[in-house]
Amino acid sequence: MNGDGRMKRRTFLALSAAASVACRRRPGFEASLIAPDMATGHRLRQGGLPEPDRWEDVPILIVGGGIAGLSAAWQLDRLGLREHLILELEPAAGGTARGSRNGISPHPLGAHYLPAPPREHADLVELLGETGAIESFGPDGEPRYAEHMLVREPEERIFAGGQWWEGLYFHAGANGEDLRQLKRFQAEVDRLAAWRDGKGRPAFGLPRSRGSDAPEVRALDGVTLADWCNGHGLTSPRLRWMLDYACRDDYGLRLDETSAWAGLFYFAARQQGPHDRSRPILTWPNGNGFLVEHLARQAGHRLRTGHAVASLRTTSTGVEARVLEVATGRMLGFRARRAIFAGPLHLAGAVVEGLKADRGSSLEAFHRSPWLVVNLTLRKRPREVGFPMAWDNVIRDSPSLGYVVATHQRGLDAGPTVWTWYHPFTGEEKAERARLLAMDAPACAEMALADLERAHPEIRELVARVDVARWGHAMVRPRPGFCWSEALVRARQPFGPIHFAHTELSGLALFEEAFDHGLRAAREVNALYRSGSRST
Amino acid sequence: MADDPGGAPSGLQPPASNLKATPLFLSVLLIAACGLIYELVAGTLSSYLLGDSVLQFSTVIGVYLSAMGLGSWLSKYVHRNLARRFVEIELAVALVGGTSAPILFLAFARTHTFRPLLYGEVIAVGTLVGLEIPILMRILKDQVRFKDLVAHVLTLDYIGALFASLLFPLLLMPKLGLVRTSLLFGLLNGIVGLWGTWLLRTQIGETFWLRLKGVMVCALLLFGVFEAKRFTLAVEEEVFADEIVYAKESPYQRIVLTRGRGSFQLFLNGNLQFSSADEYRYHEALVHPALAARPRARRVLVCGGGDGLAVREVLKHPEVREVVLVDLDPEMTSMARHQPLLRQLNGGALDDPRVKVVNADAFVWLTEEQSEPFDVALVDFPDPNSFALGKLYTTRFYKLLKGRLKADGIIAVQSTSPLMARQSYWCVATTLEASGFKVRPYHLAVPSFGVWGYMLASPGDFEVPAHTLPGLRHLTDEAMMAMFAFPADMSRVPAEVNRLDNQVLVQAYTREWKRWS
Repeated sequence: MNGDGRMKRRTFLALSAAASVACRRRPGFEASLIAPDMATGHRLRQGGLPEPDRWEDVPILIVGGGIAGLSAAWQLDRLGLREHLILELEPAAGGTARGSRNGISPHPLGAHYLPAPPREHADLVELLGETGAIESFGPDGEPRYAEHMLVREPEERIFAGGQWWEGLYFHAGANGEDLRQLKRFQAEVDRLAAWRDGKGRPAFGLPRSRGSDAPEVRALDGVTLADWCNGHGLTSPRLRWMLDYACRDDYGLRLDETSAWAGLFYFAARQQGPHDRSRPILTWPNGNGFLVEHLARQAGHRLRTGHAVASLRTTSTGVEARVLEVATGRMLGFRARRAIFAGPLHLAGAVVEGLKADRGSSLEAFHRSPWLVVNLTLRKRPREVGFPMAWDNVIRDSPSLGYVVATHQRGLDAGPTVWTWYHPFTGEEKAERARLLAMDAPACAEMALADLERAHPEIRELVARVDVARWGHAMVRPRPGFCWSEALVRARQPFGPIHFAHTELSGLALFEEAFDHGLRAAREVNALYRSGSRST
Repeated sequence: MADDPGGAPSGLQPPASNLKATPLFLSVLLIAACGLIYELVAGTLSSYLLGDSVLQFSTVIGVYLSAMGLGSWLSKYVHRNLARRFVEIELAVALVGGTSAPILFLAFARTHTFRPLLYGEVIAVGTLVGLEIPILMRILKDQVRFKDLVAHVLTLDYIGALFASLLFPLLLMPKLGLVRTSLLFGLLNGIVGLWGTWLLRTQIGETFWLRLKGVMVCALLLFGVFEAKRFTLAVEEEVFADEIVYAKESPYQRIVLTRGRGSFQLFLNGNLQFSSADEYRYHEALVHPALAARPRARRVLVCGGGDGLAVREVLKHPEVREVVLVDLDPEMTSMARHQPLLRQLNGGALDDPRVKVVNADAFVWLTEEQSEPFDVALVDFPDPNSFALGKLYTTRFYKLLKGRLKADGIIAVQSTSPLMARQSYWCVATTLEASGFKVRPYHLAVPSFGVWGYMLASPGDFEVPAHTLPGLRHLTDEAMMAMFAFPADMSRVPAEVNRLDNQVLVQAYTREWKRWS
């Protein structure tokens, strides 16, 4: 049976009778859009929703059940403020960190890994400890992470010149100058990782609030990473390809659009020191959905999915939320003393009454890359040439980011699998978003298949089903000047009783940043709520 | 093709004055043999590489015969200079047919277009072979009476096929292998073509360039015959020294059974797993020390070892009530049950009522299975030459295994050669220790493999067993004691712990074995 039905249609026709004996008909596959819920968003924008028929009182309301909102709830629990509610529009919590599962494997729908945090990041270490990701602590206090949650070797490979190679940097055929420049770049990253300011803070911390705000660090935000490379004589096409890939991967931007501060953050923030280039990475079959599920379990019944907040209004006693219960179409009202808005800021502008008038220009400073994430369920694996299948598989001559293998971490090295294919839309934001949202599930599947065909000519024959997530506002774009802008500082300020928590507030889309803002917002609420409690 | 509807007369041929019919009849014999060889090569190669030999042979033969029909039909459109065309066709068959096996091997190893190439090659050779006989008959039609011509040509055609079909399985495949057989018969075809330039020289006209072409084709194929071995190594397509009696490409591996020199051998992905001549040494050493250390073992787990040979040894212990064999590949365990040679060797062990066969990746099975703990586990995986196998030698795997053992349970692990791959061998010991096992390394000589190594390990303290089962072929109490002594050239070396997220063993293993290949 092995090998049947691998031929392309053209070849099939060309060989007509002879080949028909050995060749099966190309099987069709089902393609469906599984996220996000666009219809509800559309309904909210149309307006004309009735007033709620009943009101519920809750001390603290969290709007948005992504990582920031779930982390805020987790922190409120730690602070003893257990009376809160999380309202999430989607049928499942997690936002772009969600995972999903089908008969073959759990798989991510978006964010899918987390660099294993060092002990300094105590809050995150505590969260991971709860999930069973930490086996023990070393004599130095550093957490020892569970072996099966650290990315299993081989970690990554690249398809170039007709075959697969180990690693992300394309070493084969690199000349002396290429390798010298790679070394120089790594030396520069090492230097930045070792650098400390007058207060002993690193140039780049994770989350960024732990890093330095010294002028020489901030100055990096004034230029693009491409300009920074030019200034350092880094012209090697292989190196620049790798850096461009990193920019697309983390920010949905190109090398010549990304702030050098953000670009270098990607490399240097994950290093503890100059000789720590390989910070281990945590990952799970369902990506960061593993962490989402843990946080959602902690929230329990206080997490209400399928609840779309239509408006958030400041009142004399706190806030009022008008909420559409998606399943029933009913309007519900919630009155709270404090609210944490944990959604992206373009939604805050639409939902929080008066916010646009107050800080419209700062909201408009945010730009986001649309992303397409396509999960391909394969009946079996393709035949390949070169380095064996890794966790992360990158195609060099492709605008996509390649795919991660959902079954890799479980040790399933043969048989059916699920691949999660990622494509950031790096062009002009509005046009790209319109292009993405105009694509239906088959069109999205076709985009992924056409891309994967570069490395896997037989891919179409192997696909059993396709699940698509179209993220219109997936990742905030750290263009030069944005990460240290006034707009960003302003957007973090509470608006009356409403506090804000989202990874966008760091100018970077990262789990650590979303987590950090969730914790910060919870602490703000805690301080005010407790002082408010005493005064009333 | 339609510009000459009436079927042209072949009136341009010069009179066949001194044409020799007998040598031309001999060439029919050779041509027929060559044609059948190409067909057999294509059929064997596709069954060998794709599995399902019935389907492969049926389709190859069907396509080949219909292509011959196509060639015969096309022959009526060949009008001018039949003798020259005949020689040219011979050279073309020589080139296409002769290089078919190496090209198909290459296509399989390096591209995604094996099937189109396979059938393209079968159609090309079939069509050319189909052209040969009608054209040759037309060349000879003025020399020989028609009824004799038909009788002689067809007789020799069929006899040639008989020769080829007997030579191929009995002599050519075992002695030369597919690649050299294909090249050699291409060469023979080329020589027939060259010979034709003399036999038919009166009809051919200009011969220099034609002969040069012929010489070039023959030289290329001759070069191929001598370089075949290096070539097959280059495409990582090992040439089996002995006759292949069973070959199957499962989704997980290529299983090949060969027979020769009074024994038979199992290869997985080209790596020798055992030879029936000395496997008893290997399997006795894997199984009996562990069971000797836990004399009242009831439940035994065997990981890997789908050939059933380790299970055969386990079943010699009457106190064992239950054996669970976890092997990835259903093809492998099915072969152990049904392939006569293998079934005879393992004594039908997998059909014993005490044995339960599970087809699963042991790594995944251990994370999911929650049955009663085992007294003894025997770990018999292929050497860690890939990441997929390397994961079965990690702390994660050994910790999972420990979780399925009784507190005083014991395991034996095949651990590659402490002599050939010393670092790798001691890496396994270090990894077991890091997973919470007490380890006693041991080794013995298995002539087919070399000096081979194992680990005896337990979560608790244990002594090297003193007494083994009586009546074994190799193992005695004295031999068992000797296995635990390590000479200086295999003694312990420091090694890193093999983990899922570093897979250092795969790297060490690949580096060390490269020196010996």
